[in-house]
Amino acid sequence: MELLSGAEMVVRSLKDEGVEYIYGYPGGALLHIYDAIFQQDDVKHILVRHEQAATHMADAYARASGKPGVVLVTSGPGATNAVTGIATAYMDSIPMVVISGQVMSHLIGEDAFQECDMVGITRPIVKHNLSIKHPSEIPSAMKKAFYIASSGRPGPVVVDIPKDMTTPTDRFEYEYPKSVKLRSYNPVSRGHSGQIKKAVDLLMSAKRPVILAGGGVIAANASEQLTELAKLLNYPVINTLMGLGAYPGTDEQFLGMPGMHGAVEANMAMHHSDLILNLGSRLDDRITNATEKFCPTAKLIHVDIDPSSISKTVAADVPIVGPLDSVLNELLKLVKASNITPDKEAHGNWWKQIDEWRARHGGRYRTDDSELMKPQQVIEILCKVTKGDAYVCSDVGQHQMFAAQYYKFNKPRRWINSGGLGTMGFGLPAAMGIKLNYPDEEVVCVTGEGSIQMNIQELSTCAQYDLPLKVILLNNQSLGMVRQWQDLNYESRHSQSYMQSLPDFTKLVESYGHVGMEVTKFDELESTLEKAFAMKDKLVFINIHVDPFEHVYPMQVPKAAMRDMWLSKTERT
Amino acid sequence: MRHIISVLLENEAGALSRVVGLFSQRNFNIESLTVAPTEDPTLSRLTLTTVGNDRVIEQITKHLNKLIEVVKLVDLTEGDHIERELMLIKVKAVGAQRAEVMRSVEIFRGQVIDVTSTVYTVQLAGESDKLDAFIKVIDPANVLEVVRTGVSGIARGEKTLAL
Ligand SMILES: Cc1ncc(C[n+]2csc(CCOP(=O)(O)OP(=O)(O)O)c2C)c(N)n1
Ligand SMILES: [Mg+2]
Repeated sequence: MELLSGAEMVVRSLKDEGVEYIYGYPGGALLHIYDAIFQQDDVKHILVRHEQAATHMADAYARASGKPGVVLVTSGPGATNAVTGIATAYMDSIPMVVISGQVMSHLIGEDAFQECDMVGITRPIVKHNLSIKHPSEIPSAMKKAFYIASSGRPGPVVVDIPKDMTTPTDRFEYEYPKSVKLRSYNPVSRGHSGQIKKAVDLLMSAKRPVILAGGGVIAANASEQLTELAKLLNYPVINTLMGLGAYPGTDEQFLGMPGMHGAVEANMAMHHSDLILNLGSRLDDRITNATEKFCPTAKLIHVDIDPSSISKTVAADVPIVGPLDSVLNELLKLVKASNITPDKEAHGNWWKQIDEWRARHGGRYRTDDSELMKPQQVIEILCKVTKGDAYVCSDVGQHQMFAAQYYKFNKPRRWINSGGLGTMGFGLPAAMGIKLNYPDEEVVCVTGEGSIQMNIQELSTCAQYDLPLKVILLNNQSLGMVRQWQDLNYESRHSQSYMQSLPDFTKLVESYGHVGMEVTKFDELESTLEKAFAMKDKLVFINIHVDPFEHVYPMQVPKAAMRDMWLSKTERT
Repeated sequence: MRHIISVLLENEAGALSRVVGLFSQRNFNIESLTVAPTEDPTLSRLTLTTVGNDRVIEQITKHLNKLIEVVKLVDLTEGDHIERELMLIKVKAVGAQRAEVMRSVEIFRGQVIDVTSTVYTVQLAGESDKLDAFIKVIDPANVLEVVRTGVSGIARGEKTLAL
């Protein structure tokens, strides 16, 4: 057997795990590992400008590919800089392996230089974490980390490695395990057939059904089965923010996104339904509004791989614990074989009602209340120019909601956003992670002038690795989402939500060697975007000035039911 | 309602802090917690008592089960079970109080395990209620120190929590 140092084992484990890229930043505790990286070329290292960006790059790769992204950060400040990105991945159940350097083991607990308790700090925001006690543990610990991160409900795993575990002269036998078995961790592989049978009976006899698809469907690669089931039953489908693309956004059975900024027809249909088939949505507070007023007439079938997501916020009538792909396969089989005749008349009336809601409110925004360009228009044109087929990586704020509402995602894993944690600064590094791994795809970062400045230093990384992504900046010169809440709840007292002293973005991006463009008039928008997207090998940053007073609508009325929404600044449901 | 949850946990560094962290992180209530290795040195047995409605208890057991190091768990209060807690209590005992305290110790089937001219140290085992009751019969002014282990529990009959 081969003898390797701990540092070499870390790198070799990554190779044996099939990892192509890792994202990181060096430091004292990692010097042995970085030296091992230098001496091979199987695993390629991407040097970011801030560790947070490394985590978002790895995270976005995982969102697009379904495989765990890998991050390497040094002890102390390197590790703490990664915390936001780890929490971001955790909230959205994204598989990720974060290797953090640690001070020498004999110094742990002595407040040594750049010491921090990474295992302690990350405990509540990881699926699991472990620290290495002996170099020979490294291969099995790495295998365990990848296995836990990517199986069951995926999530980030931190492996903390004290520097003396990687000493080049201490060599041990290396063999990468083919598999791991943990007696205390056995993710379910299929749903309970009795429960699935019950669900099918409810599905077949429902009069006003809706199918709600969350991020779980995407994580389980179960979009095809979802689409087949919805088509077979001809039931309306709603994708959550994390589920956008799970069911095709341009299909007529698609009602949009539910919740706080959900589509009117989606929220109305859920509220008035008699059955919700919830596939892998957590039903969090941004969806349900007040849980005690949530969908009063609906029975709830809740399918999730994580039992703790079921009946957490809303009690399920039929809980099914299992992976979405296998549960959906089983549902399909039983629906096809069911001898219950669907109530065609009831379904006809239900669709008629839904179409009425859709016709009255669906996808509308006003253009007559301002001379200025509307952010919604920008997203619609973006969707048109990119043929609805780009990877859209969003930051957090109004622009995120507009992108979610107006970009029509027909495929899963194309909409990349921080849904759970809502991390400003996610968008640009996420787009970088995707462009690096999918160089032939169109990759867009939709951002605001607030969010982009949280990781704008990464324009330098883009230059170093030649990442010709496109940045669509919806510049409303304010922290728009904050301002919107201040307009609605604080009599427009705009406390700290105004973005003063913005840089000249064009000059800024040019200084990094990229192309900057600026759009102020709607009739220049499409041609500018065409021009930008035609520049295949350039990062183009398009600063688009939009109406700073625009709000995101619909917006649910707080503490009310799903159907209670503001439709504009003056109209309510 | 009060529940006693018994957990088999990998006997690994950091496993216990994950359990404790879970309770504070998710705003679950913890009344007592005991933990020690079992006859199998790779496993610890942890007993915790908590209070909550069915929905909360369901979430507690689900989240505990999600922790990678939790091997198995049972809510003992769902079936017949026995619970015990040990208390060491130091009581001021001078003059007439000495006989008085002794009498209470006998009634409660406790033991005096250390004596000085002014103090009795009493050991008492039983259900938590019984320990509470004992404390109540002693004049609060005479209670010098109370140390309780927290509840340990086990199912009655053939049922076991084992691998
Ligand atoms: C790191 C972080 N800090 C604060 C917030 C709170 N927050 C949510 S949206 C928002 C404003 C975002 O402004 P901008 O990026 O310009 O987007 P806009 O809403 O204007 O489209 C803020 C401050 C957050 N989500 N993330
Ligand atoms: Mg803004």
